Amino acid sequence: MATIIYPAKRIITMNPNRPDVECVAVREGKILGAGSLEELALWGEHRIDTRFQGKVLLPGFVEGHCHISQGALWRFVYVGNQQRTDPDGRIWAGFQTMEDILAHLRAAAESMPDHEAPIVGWGFDPASLKGPRCTRQILDSVSERRSVVLLHASLHVMSVNSYGLEISGYLREGIHHPGIPIGPDGVPSGELRGPDAMWPLAELTGLTDIMLGADEEGTRAFGKLCVHAGVTTAADLANPLSDDVVEMLLRITDVADFPLRIVSMQRLNGHTPDKIVASALRLKALSRDRLRLGAVKVVVDGSVQGLTSRVSWPGHFNGAPNGLWYIAPEQLQSILSLSLRSGVRVHIHTNGDEATDLALDCMQAALSESPAFDHRYTIQHAQMSMPAQFLRMRALGLCVNLFVNHVYYWGDIHYEKTLGPERAERMNACASAIDAGVPFAIHSDAPVTPLAPLFTAWCAVNRLTTSGRILGKAQRISVKQALHAITLGASYTLGLDHEIGSIEAGKRADFAVLDDDPLSCPPEALKDIGIWGVVQDGRIFQAVRSETDPNSCSTRH
Amino acid sequence: MKENGLATALPVTILGGYLGAGKTTLLNHLLRSPHGKRLAILVNEFGNIGIDADLIHRQEDDVINLAGGCVCCSFGSDLMRALLQLRNRMPRLDHVLIETSGVSLPAGVASSIGLVEQLSLNAVVVVADAMAVQQQAADRYVGSTVISQLQQADLLVLNKMDTLDGKTKPALYEWGRRYWGNAQIVETTQCRLPFELVFDVPISAPLAPHDCGRQDNPDLLRAKTANGQFSSKSFVLPAAIDLQALSNALALHAGLIVRAKGVLQDADGKLQLLQFSGGRCSITPWQGKKFSFGRLVCIGPSSIWDELLVQDIVHRSLLTQSCLPIS
Repeated sequence: MATIIYPAKRIITMNPNRPDVECVAVREGKILGAGSLEELALWGEHRIDTRFQGKVLLPGFVEGHCHISQGALWRFVYVGNQQRTDPDGRIWAGFQTMEDILAHLRAAAESMPDHEAPIVGWGFDPASLKGPRCTRQILDSVSERRSVVLLHASLHVMSVNSYGLEISGYLREGIHHPGIPIGPDGVPSGELRGPDAMWPLAELTGLTDIMLGADEEGTRAFGKLCVHAGVTTAADLANPLSDDVVEMLLRITDVADFPLRIVSMQRLNGHTPDKIVASALRLKALSRDRLRLGAVKVVVDGSVQGLTSRVSWPGHFNGAPNGLWYIAPEQLQSILSLSLRSGVRVHIHTNGDEATDLALDCMQAALSESPAFDHRYTIQHAQMSMPAQFLRMRALGLCVNLFVNHVYYWGDIHYEKTLGPERAERMNACASAIDAGVPFAIHSDAPVTPLAPLFTAWCAVNRLTTSGRILGKAQRISVKQALHAITLGASYTLGLDHEIGSIEAGKRADFAVLDDDPLSCPPEALKDIGIWGVVQDGRIFQAVRSETDPNSCSTRH
Repeated sequence: MKENGLATALPVTILGGYLGAGKTTLLNHLLRSPHGKRLAILVNEFGNIGIDADLIHRQEDDVINLAGGCVCCSFGSDLMRALLQLRNRMPRLDHVLIETSGVSLPAGVASSIGLVEQLSLNAVVVVADAMAVQQQAADRYVGSTVISQLQQADLLVLNKMDTLDGKTKPALYEWGRRYWGNAQIVETTQCRLPFELVFDVPISAPLAPHDCGRQDNPDLLRAKTANGQFSSKSFVLPAAIDLQALSNALALHAGLIVRAKGVLQDADGKLQLLQFSGGRCSITPWQGKKFSFGRLVCIGPSSIWDELLVQDIVHRSLLTQSCLPIS
């Protein structure tokens, strides 16, 4: 295979031996070398491709925690508050008022060929809208004869119209459910919280996790979204990975122009530890370059914004009761122990600090039973961790993947309601992780927040909330440290840092192609740097940038 | 089942309690009990499903077919889907038992049952390991979860009572009283209890919110017994019965017989449903299929159980003197 040398305006390699180079040479989808043109020419016959000479190359970004279901969501109407780019490169402005959302939904309903199909929006964030709270009556103005369903940005709540409630069997008196608020007329007001309450409409509209994760078209769309974001490897946490889904993922990632490496982890649900480990080992053997299987995700508690994470004393700032356990300590420990013994990597979801303590205790006990070197188990989110916990992570050989986008999206709410000022400031403490020497990554958890590692890096660097508050100044990290977290840092948590994460000889030719230089632009502009596209395994993918079309896209500001 | 013109709601019993308390033992015990019901059992536990091998007829995909037309399947994270699929797949079910995970709060599941019009909550049954529960409740991590489980019980099964002695048992009650409030309590070993206690636990209607402190509820029976064991006696009654006389007799012996239920033929030859609990008796016209024999079951604390007396109470109410007691 031919050798191609790409000169660029700047190449930030993340390789400390050669942090900055002018050219990168690619052969057989891998990096032949990074250096000067003269050095690389010594490899022999080559071709010089100058398409990136005005661009800045970085290692392809690694999204360490997201969900491929993000791709499938784009078939529905985006009604969020923030600007977002769809798989076809169209930029959708956020909505600031309910009236605008309603008008947009009406227009979308008219353009749908099936006039009985449900009208589904996603990314809805009622707290950010001016005006009265969304009710079923408000959504009835979109349609009274078909379901109108708005999935909230958290993915755990939906707002629906009266018709939607009726076909769910909820449009009646006598409903007593903590997830279904009742209106003044004694009938549900239109909000459905939690999977059980949402179930009938999620099933009807295709919004269940399982349906979204198994969506073939959505998986292709997800690949396109990654190109826009500069992502060349994405971890899908997690997926039931039924035989059908595995077959679909193998087929789609194998297509020559699929631009992404997916690390899909299996969700632990209702299976015995030995079955989970056996399944992981079976899946691991099916792995290919662009589909890495064989790791497992275990969920310990709920979410901070949903008040379902397990928080240590003094508990929630607003007095809400403590959250929920999703696994018993004995079970967690036995899964960790068996997995360590079998060489199966486990990623452990914790949000609250009490849940992180439990994970650390179980890990310590499991390691005593099943000692393992370089296991790279990772605590995912660990949002409330403090230095004492980071030091234990380090001692136990754990990595951490911090959900730093929370600072921007929910930081104000954590400050004012869920956790109070002091603990909100220490959330997603990147600086503490660095101080303790814990290998760490930062992530979006897309679709919970947008898939955009540069934005995630911006959050870690600036720690600004939506209201403009700096939340936890002491936890801000440098741009270079943040870039490390979205490249080598995330690769390390996935056990792939020997293959990807930096631009150096022998690694895969995965690059993020940027319009500007993140190391010389002002740190507050990090999120605004244009992304031309990616190179993945030496294959070039340019992000489609369609101009905003006023007929099909929202033009509101 | 009721066939009174209204949509028949499928009764659902939730089986909660911490890991290792004996939930699976209770399931196996119930499957072996002569209840005659077609049960569907939904489990969400990381352990093996745990149904005794001799009860399993065959396994198809995710459903295990059990003796007596019962089935068992795992619901993972999607209880609602599993419940409704079950309803469609098995139109002839009599009762659903949901075994929740060791850290689930059964009240959460209970409130979701209330969302489905075709389902009705029968009871939350919580199993606790009599020896371990105090220690579990003091655990730094799961303590508050274990306590919530106790608080949410309609029927609390204190299992492994054989591990307690004359000292530790009063201490358990002293400790537990503040958590389990007015829940009906049954003490067991190996979860052996009369199946009627599980399938016929009355719950406060409408669904009381389980997350706040329990209200005193006269329908909820607190069986205070010396050793917590229950005895029961079943009757098949070919003759008509004087229901008023039987009600009076049951009320008079409310300590001896804490619960009775049966379908009986009255003096006019009509079938009536008799339900007795908390010292009160209700008699309503039977809407189900016709029986040629009346049936009655009486349950009471073993410590003062007097089978002859129970038999006598029932016999005296018969309008013609012939009956076939079965045990």
